[in-house]
Amino acid sequence: MRVAVVGVGWYGFKPTVPELSFREMMFEAAVRAYEDAGLDPRRDVDAFISCQEDFWEGIAISDEFAPEPIGGVLRPTMTITGDGLQCVGQAYMMIKSGAFNVVAVEAHAKPSDIMSPQEIYEFSLDPNIRTLKIPNPLFQAGLDAVAYMRRSGASREHLAMVAVKNKVRGLLNPRASHSAKVTLDQVLDSKPVIHPLTRYEIAGFTDVAINVVLASEDVARRLGDKHVWVEGIWWATEVGTGAVEWHEWGRMPSMRLAALGAYKLAGVEDPLRQTDFSEVEDRFSYMELLSLEELGLGGGGAHRMLESGYYNPEGGYPVNPSGGSLSMGVTLEATGLSRLLEVVLQLRGEAGGVQLKDVRRAVVASWRGPPTYTSIVAVVSRD
Amino acid sequence: MKPERVPGRYIREEDLRRLPGVIEYTPTARYSYSAGQALSEFLRGLKDGRILGKLCPSCRRVLVPPRVYCEFCFTPTTEWVEVTGAGRVETAVTSYIGAARERLEKPEIIGVIRLDAPGHAENSFDFAGLFHKLCGVTEDDVKSGRVIGMRVKPRWKPVHERMGSILDIECFEPLQPREVV
Amino acid sequence: MKSNIFVKDKVAIVGAGLTLFRRRLLETPRELAWEASREALSSAGLTLKDIDCIVVGSAPDAFDGIHMKGEYLADGSGGFNKPVVRVFVGGGTGVMVPVVAWWHVASGLCKTVLAVGEEKMSHAYPHPQGVFAYIWDPILERPLGPNLIWIFALEMRRYMHVCNASKEDIALVSVKNKRNALDHPAAQAAAKITVDDVLKSEVLVWPVQLLDISPVSDGAAALVLASESVARRVTDTPVWVEGIGFTLDNTHWYNRDLAYPRYLEYAARMAYKMAGIERPWKEIDVAEPYDPFDYKELHHIEGLMLARRCEAPKLLKEGYFDRSGELPTSPGGGLLGVGNPIAAAGVMKVAELFWQLRYEAGARQVKKPVHKAVANAWGDLMQAGTVVVLST
Repeated sequence: MRVAVVGVGWYGFKPTVPELSFREMMFEAAVRAYEDAGLDPRRDVDAFISCQEDFWEGIAISDEFAPEPIGGVLRPTMTITGDGLQCVGQAYMMIKSGAFNVVAVEAHAKPSDIMSPQEIYEFSLDPNIRTLKIPNPLFQAGLDAVAYMRRSGASREHLAMVAVKNKVRGLLNPRASHSAKVTLDQVLDSKPVIHPLTRYEIAGFTDVAINVVLASEDVARRLGDKHVWVEGIWWATEVGTGAVEWHEWGRMPSMRLAALGAYKLAGVEDPLRQTDFSEVEDRFSYMELLSLEELGLGGGGAHRMLESGYYNPEGGYPVNPSGGSLSMGVTLEATGLSRLLEVVLQLRGEAGGVQLKDVRRAVVASWRGPPTYTSIVAVVSRD
Repeated sequence: MKPERVPGRYIREEDLRRLPGVIEYTPTARYSYSAGQALSEFLRGLKDGRILGKLCPSCRRVLVPPRVYCEFCFTPTTEWVEVTGAGRVETAVTSYIGAARERLEKPEIIGVIRLDAPGHAENSFDFAGLFHKLCGVTEDDVKSGRVIGMRVKPRWKPVHERMGSILDIECFEPLQPREVV
Repeated sequence: MKSNIFVKDKVAIVGAGLTLFRRRLLETPRELAWEASREALSSAGLTLKDIDCIVVGSAPDAFDGIHMKGEYLADGSGGFNKPVVRVFVGGGTGVMVPVVAWWHVASGLCKTVLAVGEEKMSHAYPHPQGVFAYIWDPILERPLGPNLIWIFALEMRRYMHVCNASKEDIALVSVKNKRNALDHPAAQAAAKITVDDVLKSEVLVWPVQLLDISPVSDGAAALVLASESVARRVTDTPVWVEGIGFTLDNTHWYNRDLAYPRYLEYAARMAYKMAGIERPWKEIDVAEPYDPFDYKELHHIEGLMLARRCEAPKLLKEGYFDRSGELPTSPGGGLLGVGNPIAAAGVMKVAELFWQLRYEAGARQVKKPVHKAVANAWGDLMQAGTVVVLST
């Protein structure tokens, strides 16, 4: 049985959305997604999943607030503490099990409500690491960036090129609030925030609510021809955050394992040839290159491919044609859904100013961000 | 008999303090919650001494506290409707402990108030209501059950002390005999 | 929902393990998860190499004192280079763990799943109750300075009023469960007590007194779930997960009648339908209704449709729910007796039914023959219902 995305909806994609509470944002996104799918959530949706995490919400059991705004009251509704794509993975399993026909997935982010984001990042570190009082709790990204550059031969310039490509591309995307007209020199001349990454190479925060409706093949076909197939989706955790010393620095094995799982389900052997573009993790500039390598999209070295323009929107294999997280911002647990949303819009030909020509199949990849080593990969296509 | 083995080592609090490597850590987690469309207006109403609800155009119920959607019909709500604030006590308890489980010097009485609001059937499962403190009732009223079903109304803070908060209502207190709100 | 005849792979529980449940354990959260996982794996005769996927359950991050707790617990739960998800529906998490593990297997995408529940409440200092100050609506509820027990007391009071149940009727649950727990090797709060002891214990939020409540605990519990083909290979006595159900009621808990757990009835109907159970009060042989408070067991017996509304207190008095009774409930001692490390407690309830259905519970084994069983958990703002139906 195949699984399809039959509806998407979003509200926000702005650095702050002061006019609505997070619940009201969830409602606005949900209404749009159900309208897009042509479904009534109170009648047609079998289960609802929200991906969220307590300390991002500022509520100790934030699950309490999940059901009302998405139509899930007195219906099977649950939360997963993970990236939105992990919820899509659960929905995929639920539909594959045969027990559910339609599952709605929700993730939202209101980082503008969080007054102490750095401290909350610190709170996600193992207590033993916290006692080291490392000034920037995102230091693991710097360690990985350095190890990646050393291993692959990528230079500072290559990392900066990712930022320029994505920041400038985002100017064409109305959902990319953090896009900017920047040059390579501006990026390189800027002071590092976490060595070697400058402020242009670390994605900012964005408020958003995203809702994605998934359905089984028979429901999808009955609803029309807008559906986009989830051919495969898989996820993996390399190590726990209490065991970061076991992490393979300069690599992202979780992304590799997730990709192998998703490709196997989708029957993909050579992703660079068998898919047309990708939306991948890029909350730090190096992560786009590292992700591409782990996804098997790096050819003879992702940084050299980047340099040749191969990953440009008009290149041989466009990567993050939306502008990626560097342009659209980190949307906490909705980050993976932002990537999926852009792919769905591309495949449906609804991507507006960032629309690619003749695309049929794409790779979506997300990482849960530091200090985690959890990644999720999906292969998505249209008929 | 299963389970055959149950690993784990119990320690007393005094022993924990004596262990090497105990890490004390207080997280810094600060938020400024956006109240949103519905609650912002509700809080403004409280400041004016008014309790506002919102009408669901589909089931015709007035929802208090207000939300921009009716969670049962999944319909955006429309008109603002002011309710009197009078209602019946649905359930009530006496608390002898505070938020961190400390003993209170003076016990508090807390209740759920089923408010008089249009569109709800008498004794319906779902109703318009608030969760608040009760005053003018005794511990014995709670124990005996006299408090349940009692008619109550909000006791407002003086105007100059109101801030647009749920605490602008000091508590709900019993209506006087034959008092009409 | 479709009936389970369409489900791709049948799902069995083939192993279960627990740690000790105590107010304070030396082990870290990861170590607790690992201990329970190891016990579950070894009871199934499997090793981590045999496990395809991991499902972790744990309640608020604030207890263990780490943000993104699922990521922290991952490797302790066997999640080393494996797919891991963490489920979270407040107190309902424990039973949601096998529910989510169910579709991992039923989808055909995982042959074996390690499902782990962990909670270390002793990290919160000075008292875990402080954590509950943050579960409320920050705008309408938190300013009132609520204690978590308030809302459960409000619910209990409403139940007592509508069902005309007395404090004495309800205290009998605590007496039964703490007594049952005397035979449980992991139990933290096993005791021979009387109704009088409950009524004389410290009054916290009347009608809730100290012995009406399950204790604060550290602990972990784990299950191994497998597809039919694997299950038949590793054991002669698999316990089948026949039905799953889950529901969330609305967030506005003070906008609904608290006398009846509507959320649970909806979840139970979903699970029973899947399991082909039409008359649960006749067909279920043994149950583990969620009992963090004594009244909650009665409430949940009614929500699970094992008794008519308001009938549970009367049946309890008649010994109907005793270990030797017609429908034993919480034969292992439940949360009131064994302890309440939140997510681990729910998994422990399912583990107890696993042992009961395999006649492995020893001194805790119920007297009647058992074939079908149901467990539930409950959480959030009195709104989450999670249910599994098991059978042999």
